[in-house]
Amino acid sequence: MPDGALPVLEVKGLKTTFKTRGGQVHAVNSVSFELRPGELLGVVGESGSGKSVTMMSLIGLLPSPPADVSGGQILFDGHDLRTASAETLREIRGARIGFIFQDPMTSLNPVFTVGFQLMEPLRKHMGMKKGQARKRAAELLELVGIPDAARRLKDYPHQFSGGMRQRVMIAIALACDPKVLIADEPTTALDVTIQAQILELVKDLREKLGMAIVWITHDLGVIAGIADRVMVMYGGQVVEQAPSRELFANPQHPYTRALLKTVPKVHGERDPKLNVIEGQPPILMSEPSACAFRDRCAHAFARCATENPQRVPVGTTGHDVACFWNPDTGSERDA
Amino acid sequence: MLDGDDHQDGGEVLVHHEVHRGRKLVEVRGLKMYFPITAGVLRRKVGDVKAVDNLSFDIYEGETLGLVGESGCGKSTTGRAVLRLYDVTDGMVKIDGQEIAKADAGIVRKMRPTMQMVFQDPQASLNPRMTVASIIREPLDEHTKLSKKEKLDRIYELMDAVGLNRRFANRYPHEFSGGQRQRIGIARALALNPKFIVCDEPIAALDVSIQAQVVNLLEELQDRLGLTYLFISHDLSMVRHIADRVAVMYLGQMAELAPRDALYEEPLHPYTEALLSAVPDPDPATETRRERIILRGDVPSPANPPKGCNFCTRCPKVMDVCKDVEPEFRQVRPGRFVACHLYGETTR
Repeated sequence: MPDGALPVLEVKGLKTTFKTRGGQVHAVNSVSFELRPGELLGVVGESGSGKSVTMMSLIGLLPSPPADVSGGQILFDGHDLRTASAETLREIRGARIGFIFQDPMTSLNPVFTVGFQLMEPLRKHMGMKKGQARKRAAELLELVGIPDAARRLKDYPHQFSGGMRQRVMIAIALACDPKVLIADEPTTALDVTIQAQILELVKDLREKLGMAIVWITHDLGVIAGIADRVMVMYGGQVVEQAPSRELFANPQHPYTRALLKTVPKVHGERDPKLNVIEGQPPILMSEPSACAFRDRCAHAFARCATENPQRVPVGTTGHDVACFWNPDTGSERDA
Repeated sequence: MLDGDDHQDGGEVLVHHEVHRGRKLVEVRGLKMYFPITAGVLRRKVGDVKAVDNLSFDIYEGETLGLVGESGCGKSTTGRAVLRLYDVTDGMVKIDGQEIAKADAGIVRKMRPTMQMVFQDPQASLNPRMTVASIIREPLDEHTKLSKKEKLDRIYELMDAVGLNRRFANRYPHEFSGGQRQRIGIARALALNPKFIVCDEPIAALDVSIQAQVVNLLEELQDRLGLTYLFISHDLSMVRHIADRVAVMYLGQMAELAPRDALYEEPLHPYTEALLSAVPDPDPATETRRERIILRGDVPSPANPPKGCNFCTRCPKVMDVCKDVEPEFRQVRPGRFVACHLYGETTR
């Protein structure tokens, strides 16, 4: 992917908190990343790691209250989306930044036809007339590989299978030629054979349309197959970030390393024993003043309990990690 | 041992030696589970959804049989039908020597303690208004005559066994994380000392790092208590880890059944092959090099399965005979069963 090009999306020090009955939850803590044109950035993490909340914060999809995107900058196309007006956001959302959600059944409206839902963004954002929008909608359905597209516009979501519904969601997200597509676990609810179809489709569309994609998932296998760069999140923070091959070949953070080991493989050697990350993910009731992973970490130092590690570069490949431990020496990382 | 090495074509011996250890705990023959499709105000029956159509398999004592397939292929229905949670349309299910598919309710009830289930979604399968202790106590109330004290002791014992802190006995399910909730579900299933447990996607709702914890717990309990599992999952890599033998279902029927290593190393059925090739590998180096078989289209509706082999509409190796004649599910190599015309009379 083009290196050195100006990022299409740049996030700096993003913070999101939620007010709950139990107190304030710090779901996203100083997350920074950038997305270059045409790049596919994989975001991995467990539920509660803040990956979805980060992306929802970007385009103001979180209800406020309880959510509060309380700090940082989200630079897109000359705007800071965090402070942008609701109107600007509405113009950008769905038009220049597309979104695909995890569950295609709940994110499509069951009482409207697929055609109506597909034409809605075209008419709202692109100002198309009905006939024009219908034609474009059929083209889009065809683009995502739905046979007999023109006729199927009249069908309701329940008349489509899971994989087909997710294709419809992708078509809606692509409707206005977005520069950035954010896909939140788009294949998690699908079967592997259908997932393979969708992954092929996305690879193909990316080449055709050249948009940048953020792909959120917990499946390292999916990431390995499609991502250019991977960002690992834990406890509302980015703990490691690297080009895909580099990350899988040379993982630095104990969490990434453990995660890679807990997943059994279908191909190659079978591991007789599953490695386990003991313990539970952290509950983020306060702003982090220590490493969020230290309770589950096999390599924690005294320092990990008093200081929150910041991201430091590893080598020259654009790899960085937020950890005091150096896996190569087995001791503390030199600053 | 010496003459054991000479059994090159003595398939039977090999079967009993390596693959099939011990006796059959579960025997399923010709299991059919049809759900009626009704239409109109009078709810006239107009057809059947053949969710499970003519399944036969055995599960040996102490083994884990993995059951894999895409959603809608009937794997959960199979799990439930085997435990007689449905009234099956036809077929025989024998558990621990007792026929239960057609047996009277009284007999089935007597068999309940022997056969238990762990459900997919621990959020939905635990009553939110009951405490952990009362959830685990319920089967004891139903099926045993223990005193209050004995029941409490048993509850604590079970909580220890699944790694839950006894102090939490009076808490409610919502106070636990997903992995812990699944432990409550497992403790409930273990309460009556079952021999056979159907695990219906027990880890599907859990995070990757928690999945390994629960799978290790299931394996440890199996070793300690000699349990037999039917492990239903769509996660082929986890099944490879936990199962001794693996059954692959497609559209209500069994496509292939084989010992684990044999199946993953050399899948015989084209569907199994495609399914395995569709699983992405967490390694970009091999992932980009690997040839993937992409199946076209979706699974056909079980209400209207295709004629002949039910996989013929998506099969990359389809032949003329497949569209006409339904292949028989049979043993083509020792311990390996497959329903495919590629392995016909001639190759046997």
